[in-house]
Amino acid sequence: MAIEGADLVKAAAYLGAGISMGLGAIGPGVGEGMVAAKACEAIGANPNEAGLLTRTMLVGQAVSESTGIYSLVIALLLLFVV
Amino acid sequence: MEFSTQTIVAVAAYAGGGICMGLGAVGAAIGEGYTAAWANLATSRNSELSPDIFKNMLVGQAVAESASIFALVIAILLLFLDVQGAALIKAAALLGAGICMGLGALGSGIGSGFPGGQACFGIARQPAVTSRLTTNMLIGSAVSQTPAIFSMVVALMLIFIDFSAMPFHPGWAALIGAGLSTGLAAIGSGYGGGLAAGASCEGLARQPLTVAPLTTTMLVGQAVSQTPSIFGLLVSFILMFRTPAPSASLAAAAALLAAGLCTGLGGIGPGIGNGQAAAGAVRWVARNMAMGADLMRVMLVGQAVSQSTAIYAMVVSLVLIFVV
Repeated sequence: MAIEGADLVKAAAYLGAGISMGLGAIGPGVGEGMVAAKACEAIGANPNEAGLLTRTMLVGQAVSESTGIYSLVIALLLLFVV
Repeated sequence: MEFSTQTIVAVAAYAGGGICMGLGAVGAAIGEGYTAAWANLATSRNSELSPDIFKNMLVGQAVAESASIFALVIAILLLFLDVQGAALIKAAALLGAGICMGLGALGSGIGSGFPGGQACFGIARQPAVTSRLTTNMLIGSAVSQTPAIFSMVVALMLIFIDFSAMPFHPGWAALIGAGLSTGLAAIGSGYGGGLAAGASCEGLARQPLTVAPLTTTMLVGQAVSQTPSIFGLLVSFILMFRTPAPSASLAAAAALLAAGLCTGLGGIGPGIGNGQAAAGAVRWVARNMAMGADLMRVMLVGQAVSQSTAIYAMVVSLVLIFVV
């Protein structure tokens, strides 16, 4: 079976998209989980600050989310643009 | 060199069987080692209780072992399967089955060890609640096994369903992708579910009166930790049951293989992260029961955010399957 160049490029782009989003999802998942775990522990220890702690948790998770969004952007670029 | 179809299918079956048992042996052994390590610590803390601790250790290890027993069953099936007259696509299905079960046993084997170890240490701290600790350990580690069971279901489907109607190209990529998707996604969910279960046994030993909210929080947290492996299962089913259009292009096969990889890899992190969040909440329900409802709420919000990347991964997989 002869493989044409354009086909090979498309195949690499699809595989790249899958690997980008797949691997890129690991870090934010673990990191945001750590944030949530410590937020629960902190709220248990100091319930009066629950609002502040929830806000800090969400902001921290949003920052940690960013690399997952970069991966998503690259995956979508690989799928639809390049 | 030209090989007969039967030779290629046999090669795939044996390679799949080896991958299945090799990877499948890793997780359970680590989990059982963790359980035994804490059983030793527990015995040194309170050596009079050594018979109870020893019994609990063996029960906990037996549950962790089940993940690798699933892998053993699939490996033996792959080795002794009758492949005479099988279509070439069977080779991909059998290799996918081995990969699925091997990867799928990793997380559950490790995760099931956490409640076992913490229950052993808990017995040394609070001998009065030994039977409750064992019960809680069994519930927690049973839930940690579910991702391994999902993997076994997908592996059995790949082995026994007749895929001969599927075009070999790009069907081979769909079937290997189906194995990768459930197998990889099970790693995170199994490990994460175990983290929550371990924290719940630790909490029960600290404050036995909190058993009801502890078990509830643990089960809710574990249920959320299982979602990435359910996404993996969903993508596997789509890949197995949607007959792709026959196509000689490499891109069509790459898209299906990448779809499996994406949801599978993408499920690992959120599964572990959700488990960490659940463990944090459970640990503090035991210390501050009055805050149980608030802790559950924060846990669920945190898990929902941690889940988002698994959802992105599933969306990319669905685009790879249905759009491109």
